[in-house]
Amino acid sequence: MTLSDRDLTEQGLTLDTGGAARLLVIGCGAIAREILALKATNGWTHMDLACLPAILHNHPDRIAPAVEAMIKEKSERYETIFVAYADCGTGGYLADVCERHGAEMIAGPHCYSFFEGNERFAERAADEIDSFYLTDFLVRQFDAFVWRPLGLDRHPDLIHSYFAHYRRLVYQAQVNDPALDAKAEECAARLGLAYERRFTGYGDLQSALASVAQQRPG
Amino acid sequence: MSDEEDDIILSELDNEELVQQMHDDLYDGLKEEIEEGVNILLGRGWQPYQVLTEALVAGMTIVGNDFRDGILFVPEVLLAANAMKGGMAILKPLLAETGAPRMGKMVIGTVKGDIHDIGKNLVSMMMEGAGFEVVDLGINNSVDAYLEALEAEDADILGMSALLTTTMPYMKVVIDTLNEKGKRGDYIVLVGGAPLNEEFGRAIGADAYCRDAAVAVETAKKFIARKHNQMAAG
Repeated sequence: MTLSDRDLTEQGLTLDTGGAARLLVIGCGAIAREILALKATNGWTHMDLACLPAILHNHPDRIAPAVEAMIKEKSERYETIFVAYADCGTGGYLADVCERHGAEMIAGPHCYSFFEGNERFAERAADEIDSFYLTDFLVRQFDAFVWRPLGLDRHPDLIHSYFAHYRRLVYQAQVNDPALDAKAEECAARLGLAYERRFTGYGDLQSALASVAQQRPG
Repeated sequence: MSDEEDDIILSELDNEELVQQMHDDLYDGLKEEIEEGVNILLGRGWQPYQVLTEALVAGMTIVGNDFRDGILFVPEVLLAANAMKGGMAILKPLLAETGAPRMGKMVIGTVKGDIHDIGKNLVSMMMEGAGFEVVDLGINNSVDAYLEALEAEDADILGMSALLTTTMPYMKVVIDTLNEKGKRGDYIVLVGGAPLNEEFGRAIGADAYCRDAAVAVETAKKFIARKHNQMAAG
């Protein structure tokens, strides 16, 4: 299967094993590759995946309604639905949706937190309010998620309005990839920020998926 | 923009046309043109307050409405705000001299842990445009910073802003502290920020959640009028 970041951004992804799976993960397109990697490594063949367009990351008000619509569409077919989102700026609305439909979700405020580990991220939060985070996916899609939506392609002078209070860009690396490291550093330079690479691996995403996969063994 | 529009000479427009053109220029974020338009209107004997309300605030209201309706987005609003700021910089000293109406005083800032100030800056600007005196505390404010400023400035309104779901609960800490000190009733508390909603505003004990800068101005005016009415009745 060939995955395109552009498709993950705009359309999402459906991985349907054709009726064999009883567990569905509804996730954000921005973490589709990471979920697929964990699924392959751990042999979770009983897990189907439906990812919503990653660009919802930039419109958090649309996440809860989109997840709810997907749950409604899929609930008859699957015994268990797990929502691979954290709160992600929904202000608790996504948790309400999950509770209403009896679905579990990932704990924490957002993917930056669960990739690093919610506990560790919370401990560091007070010292990192001036950090701007990127994950592997967001480094690859920096222009689509940061540069263009903020209008910096058309009005680079707006950088100050957005980033004056930021000090550094923290690249949370899920995998070791020198090319992504170089691109992330370039992103930091474009934003005029100091650069830090921090390897996180899959963080709490791994334990959250493992927990639900073990509840519903294949 | 067409060549024809490029050829518009602001000084040759009559007042009505010029104000209309300034609304368009604000919409397009043309700071220099706005500054020129402000100076032309002042040169024609307009009162600074009239220039502010009819040319700048009215133009920015159109921008705000189109942002609310999803026609304009944050970059365009920021450019418009920068243009308006250019005009305001000319008018501000003149407004003080000419006795423009004062609506009340607001202390505003983003809450502790939050450095995102775009929304807060827009609210500050629009509140100033509406005749409020604004004391902007900037970003990352502690309870103590808010309380000290409210007291030192003898403010009427406290405005708190947050972009992050992780920082917005701090607004409740500030309101609870005001309650503990018996000072909650002294101030109108308005809150705003992308992840907030009316329910959250009510739950933490704010007077109102304001969806955008225009709503913040209208809400502040309403509460100030109510306060004046209560004082008159009392």
